[in-house]
Amino acid sequence: MNGKAAAAGMDGDAGSARRRPAVPRLRFEFDPVRTGSPWWMPLAAVFAALAVCAVFIAAGGTDPLAVYKKMLTGAFGTRFGLTETLVKAIPLLLCGIGVSIAYRISFWNIGAEGQFLAGAMAATAVTIYMPDLPAVLALPLMTAAGIAAGGLWGLLTALPRAYFQVNELISSLMLNYIALLLLDYVVFGPWRDPGGLNFPGSPMFTADQSLPAFGSTRLHFGLVFALAAALLYAFTFRHTRWGYELRLIGANPEAARNAGISLNKHLLLVMLASGGLAGLAGMAEVSGVAHRLMYGISPGYGYTAIIVAWIARLHPVGLIVSAFLFGGLIVGGYSVQTLGLPSATSEMLQGAVLFFLIAGAAFGMIRIRRVR
Amino acid sequence: MDLILQIVAAAMSSGTPLLFAVLGGILIERSGIIQLGAEGIMLMGAVTAALLYLHTGSLAAALPAVLAVSAALGLLHAFLTVTLRVNQIVSGLAMTLFGSGLSAFLGRAIAGQPMPGAVPKLDMPVLDGVPVIGVLVAHLDVLTWLSFALVIALHLYIYRTSWGLHLRALGDSPPTADVMGIPVTAFRYGCVIAGTMLIGLGGADLLLVFSPAWIEDMTAGRGWIAVALIIFARWNPLRALLCAYFFGALDALGFRIQLIGSSIPSYFLKMIPYAVTILVLMYLGWRNRGKPSGSPESLGVPYIREQRL
Repeated sequence: MNGKAAAAGMDGDAGSARRRPAVPRLRFEFDPVRTGSPWWMPLAAVFAALAVCAVFIAAGGTDPLAVYKKMLTGAFGTRFGLTETLVKAIPLLLCGIGVSIAYRISFWNIGAEGQFLAGAMAATAVTIYMPDLPAVLALPLMTAAGIAAGGLWGLLTALPRAYFQVNELISSLMLNYIALLLLDYVVFGPWRDPGGLNFPGSPMFTADQSLPAFGSTRLHFGLVFALAAALLYAFTFRHTRWGYELRLIGANPEAARNAGISLNKHLLLVMLASGGLAGLAGMAEVSGVAHRLMYGISPGYGYTAIIVAWIARLHPVGLIVSAFLFGGLIVGGYSVQTLGLPSATSEMLQGAVLFFLIAGAAFGMIRIRRVR
Repeated sequence: MDLILQIVAAAMSSGTPLLFAVLGGILIERSGIIQLGAEGIMLMGAVTAALLYLHTGSLAAALPAVLAVSAALGLLHAFLTVTLRVNQIVSGLAMTLFGSGLSAFLGRAIAGQPMPGAVPKLDMPVLDGVPVIGVLVAHLDVLTWLSFALVIALHLYIYRTSWGLHLRALGDSPPTADVMGIPVTAFRYGCVIAGTMLIGLGGADLLLVFSPAWIEDMTAGRGWIAVALIIFARWNPLRALLCAYFFGALDALGFRIQLIGSSIPSYFLKMIPYAVTILVLMYLGWRNRGKPSGSPESLGVPYIREQRL
């Protein structure tokens, strides 16, 4: 202890009152045992991120307060804005639950974007190649195709990891780019609407191929999918054997292996579920919102979902809340375009939020002690 | 023969940004820290270079600014991962998201403005007469020469100096390094900041030399490919040169096939580098099964002096 005090630059003769510094010295110690951080930490992170981004917005010559006010009223202030926020929250919640399942076992799936696009393309394929199905057949088939395609796209990340030790971060991101190029190919090439005046998109879906909407709003049946997924997610992890095994793998993979749990098998199942949820989000987006497959169908839902999952600490209720908030952030990002700012403003905010969130969680683990 | 030379030349020009980023990544990971923010850092480097070059018209203003911005990002990553010991993967992800958002925000006014000939070429007419090599290196730009120098310097540093030995000790076993009297925290800060500066330089090279006009998200996954190349190069600077040029060649190849006028849609040709990255990593995993990958042993593990081992 004496050695440490000396190393910290203290007087060797700490016992004498004469030499004690007038101001008590503080020492920061790292306490790896304490993992919790107060509940208000995510909120503090959001406000700190807003403050930092205000500097950049002001440097760009715009009044940051006006921008934030515009974002807030654009996203939550009007009836249209509020339903639009809910519409954006649907894919965020589905993708967010998807990546949360993977993060529960420390599998870093950042490929929700690609899995989303795979689901959207598969659902559209049903409308292209089987155009005359009635709604009773078309919608279930599109849903199944979306989930299956997303799950298979997820497996493309899980299989190399399980059998060839390929880093999943890299492979899932590479697959995002491949899915994006595939989307560009089909909307500019074979699936382009012949009557669409060269618009890069598929023909519009018929009423039989579109998810029903609530009343006259743009809010669609996908909301039920998303909330059901959140319920199922909560139930699986709390009350089923599979959920227990996944929690065990997340807490200590070595112990799980010794308990006879096959890590590879669970990895494949998890990615099937994770990708399937993102694929379902893609299907809901083309069938419920855009009513066609088109260029730039996703404004980065898969990437935002990572932050949604992280800010919610993978908790089901937290996921619903943060998906709603980030849906508002995307809508707010669109509404500031009238002030001459790019919608990347909201992307910048998202990154800053994540920074402060992880820094805040780490500060929770630091113990401040007075050194005498 | 001519075609091969053309492809090699194209591979060098599209591989150099990757090479800078891989060298920076190697330096960072050798010290035991994972840096996944390469994509965001390259974008920030590129947009800084574009803004400064368009406003001042001088490379002497643009490059130091790029270095300063990426050093600041490196300092942020080092503070989060070394001092606060947060999850290094998440910190890198945050840097990628923040960097791509901020660069798109800052670069919105200058998107698409061309800036040709920003980097002067070192003409060496003497080399024109040398067969094969002369054609390749007689008219290279300054940044490419800098990348050659960095490969050699880093190789000598890591394998031939006592400081390099300290660096390797730091990445393999920080407690051992600590006992030897190496300042773990300061050393890691230095490596992360210096390496991040190199990655930022890669972004600047991409913008100033390879495709001289700022476009949102212009790196198109090159930062992530660089992260994969670190594994491919087994944390060795000389191999990094070969790997970066190999991927540069893939990039160039797709473009060539398009020029010849093949019937394959260009979208599929553009997929080649991404698909090959996964396939190469799978091949490496299969070949190295049960063997060490060459990665620093404490990569990604925060060092806490007070913690029991």
